[in-house]
Amino acid sequence: MSKLLTRMFFVCMALFLALPIVVIAGVALNDKKTLAFPPQGLSADWYLSVFTDAAWRSALVNSVLVAATAAAISVAIALPLAWFLWRRVAPWAQFVQVIGFSPFILPPVITALGALSFWATTGFYGQPWTIVISHGIFFVSLPLVTITLGFATIDREVIEAGMTMGADDKILMKTVIFPLIRPYVISGFAFAFVLSLNEYIVAYMTVGFTLETIPIKVFNALRYGYTPTMAAVSVFFVLVAVGVFGLVARFGDLPKLLGAWSEGDET
Amino acid sequence: MRRSPPQKPVDYLPIAFPAIMLGVFFVIPFAIMVAISVFERVQGGFYEPAFTFANYARFLTPFFGKVLAFSLGLAALVSAVCLLIGVPFTYMLTRLRRGKQVVWLIALLGVLSLSEVIIGFAWSTLLSRTAGLSNLFVWVGLMERPEAWTPGFAAVLTGLVYQAFPYTVLVLYPAFSRLDPSLMEAARTLGCSPARAFANVVLPAMRKTLLATFIIVFIFALGAYLLPQILGRPQHWTLSVLVTDQAIYQSNMPFAAAMAVFLVVASLALVGLSMAITGRKGAAGV
Amino acid sequence: MSGLELVDITKRFGTVTAVDDITLTVADGTFVCLLGPSGCGKTTLLRMIAGLEDPTSGDIRLQGERLNDTPAHRRNLGMVFQSLALFPHLNVGENIAYPLRIRGGSPASCEARVRELLDMVQLPGVEQRAITQLSGGQRQRVAIARALAVSPQLFLLDEPLSALDAKLRETMQMELRQLQQRLGITTIVVTHDQREAMTMSDQIVVMSKGRVEQMATPIEAYRKPASPFVADFLGQANLIRVKRADNGASFDGGFIPGLEVPAGAESLVSVRPEDVIVTSSGNGPVQADVVFVREMGANIEIYLDAGQERIVALAAPKSHGDFQVGARVSLTLPPDACVVFGAEGAH
Repeated sequence: MSKLLTRMFFVCMALFLALPIVVIAGVALNDKKTLAFPPQGLSADWYLSVFTDAAWRSALVNSVLVAATAAAISVAIALPLAWFLWRRVAPWAQFVQVIGFSPFILPPVITALGALSFWATTGFYGQPWTIVISHGIFFVSLPLVTITLGFATIDREVIEAGMTMGADDKILMKTVIFPLIRPYVISGFAFAFVLSLNEYIVAYMTVGFTLETIPIKVFNALRYGYTPTMAAVSVFFVLVAVGVFGLVARFGDLPKLLGAWSEGDET
Repeated sequence: MRRSPPQKPVDYLPIAFPAIMLGVFFVIPFAIMVAISVFERVQGGFYEPAFTFANYARFLTPFFGKVLAFSLGLAALVSAVCLLIGVPFTYMLTRLRRGKQVVWLIALLGVLSLSEVIIGFAWSTLLSRTAGLSNLFVWVGLMERPEAWTPGFAAVLTGLVYQAFPYTVLVLYPAFSRLDPSLMEAARTLGCSPARAFANVVLPAMRKTLLATFIIVFIFALGAYLLPQILGRPQHWTLSVLVTDQAIYQSNMPFAAAMAVFLVVASLALVGLSMAITGRKGAAGV
Repeated sequence: MSGLELVDITKRFGTVTAVDDITLTVADGTFVCLLGPSGCGKTTLLRMIAGLEDPTSGDIRLQGERLNDTPAHRRNLGMVFQSLALFPHLNVGENIAYPLRIRGGSPASCEARVRELLDMVQLPGVEQRAITQLSGGQRQRVAIARALAVSPQLFLLDEPLSALDAKLRETMQMELRQLQQRLGITTIVVTHDQREAMTMSDQIVVMSKGRVEQMATPIEAYRKPASPFVADFLGQANLIRVKRADNGASFDGGFIPGLEVPAGAESLVSVRPEDVIVTSSGNGPVQADVVFVREMGANIEIYLDAGQERIVALAAPKSHGDFQVGARVSLTLPPDACVVFGAEGAH
């Protein structure tokens, strides 16, 4: 295959991936409240309105708060679980691991409906904090994958070296194990954060009528009245995702996190 | 350090929190959902305990059959299209320099993490009459006047492929990046053109991976719940949409739950199949 | 009783017995090598001494005190691992200071000690470097410095030099030995390289299949191997089946005058190649055919067939011209250079 063909293929795919985003980025530049493209008149007002409009701002704050707390819960569940699987011989613990992965493998509507059934049955349906827990569970798989990978990269002789030098389990955890897996913990948090930020169905089925997150608000705007602000906020979300993954790549080995062999292993 | 079985009760402490959280907030909700699926619906959007298979019996209606057939067909089509583009793309991606790969991976992750709402909105704008591609074609002179390409089946398919494509690439990525480059080189020294070497050497070597990826992407596409609503007409609704619709708008939780259970069983069967094909766990990756 | 004592140590992994009832004593200040092929249990034995494995049965004592129930982190020992196990997230100075810091050493005292240790391993001034910036030999030295930071009672090394190239390995062997003698620290090294063991140790423990075949000084183990396994594993050995005869022992290819072997069944005799005397003329007690000649530079190896037995001899290089492939020569196997084992290989 000639180089030219390869390059054209990449350009086509880049266009395919970027085009929708370019269009909504342009739409949000419209001067008037219209979704025209190319934009008619240029104005940054819609971009600013994400932060100045009280309703959008509060949705943004909700989304960020939910995502941050949910990602923290995901990590809090995944970290001890991954540690246990790494440190202990306990075949039944794999069962817990499979449960941790299942919400992500199964169609999301299942987790959403399960959450709806659960919160309705327990009488907490609609409470704002329920989404935090349900998202925390929904995204456990992401930190679980990254942290498990992190543990797998630790050379067990390094731990033993620490032991022979006088470190007990607690000191080892603090001085060796945690520093070594920290990048993986952070990536896991980042993945869960970005996905929670964008998640719609579970949020909708748990707190859809009481708490507006950005995806819920965008969906409502789709149904009940378009505004360029929804385009602006979408662009903003794309930038957040790219920014976060860019940071993960900057401070970690992204190809390795996604399953390639590390650079040194390559021939 | 040798891994040791837990001995003292305190050794179990680390796994207690994850196990309890997942048990209470995933397994129990799941069980409740299964229970509701055999409950009886009562007017006013509620249900009461019962033991009936009436909700499951509704699967036998032509309406459900049509939705099911459409869902499976659509998911299969999406998966096939994604593989068709994704396989050569991933292969070429893994041959790039690591720095360029990272840029692509960031972009793919960015698209993958995008809300279905945003993807749906973006494509509905792109395919709309006022702001869409057709304007571009008019401007270039290919078309007389702008047209709306949404809602419609093509729009649904495009949106789903857009969403599933990054996922496909990321599922294929580990296998392709570990592919022995000497395999290609050996084929080249034997006189194959790159395209032929790819078709005759690389693809057969990846047969199992491709089949497993097809299934994984199939399940992923089966889970799409918004794009068919935003980009399609009611006849393009899938099982996932129907579950949401029954649960929220028709207030028929038992029927929604029964469909969800069906979806679980179908997905698990497919996951099991893909594991059997690859002969290993964790084929799903991230 | 002083020193390290291992009493009836056995270690089983499931149904596999890795270490089979080993008893041995390591005197204070000595350098001991555990030598054997892979899978002989030497690393498992070392790991039990370090407290990284628990023996299935038997006692480990240090200066008379039972060590079995002391966890690894309280045994006060220094260990160098095969992978070196340097902490990738710490720089050189932090690596070496690690055992000092977790014992609560002040930054100033740690810094001084790190400098002292780096001087000791002849690597001054690299405190701030990342581990990845060091060469293999430098990492080796850092690992040694780190293991010795707290002046441990025992210094354990598991195949420490296996990652280095041959030349550097030999230099490090000598340095390690000199360092040990200067510090007078009791040292146990696991290795499969018999040259390494010969170079460094006061005592060699040759192991096979979880058991000790022989514990002796290197030269004693080489000259007086306790079993055919030891004879074969340490250097090269010609193992010949012989029978008692008048005034000596006979074998398929000839006769060894003056060698006493037990009457009755066959015995196994070991002769080192350098002890075999090859002459091109005369009628010696053994007639043999030259089948292969290997030029080694410093000497030549001559492969000979004497009857059914294959015998290897070392000769000076200048004699090469005398021994061409196919030539018939005569051999002498001096009886005082022969070690006789019973038929089963025991004394």
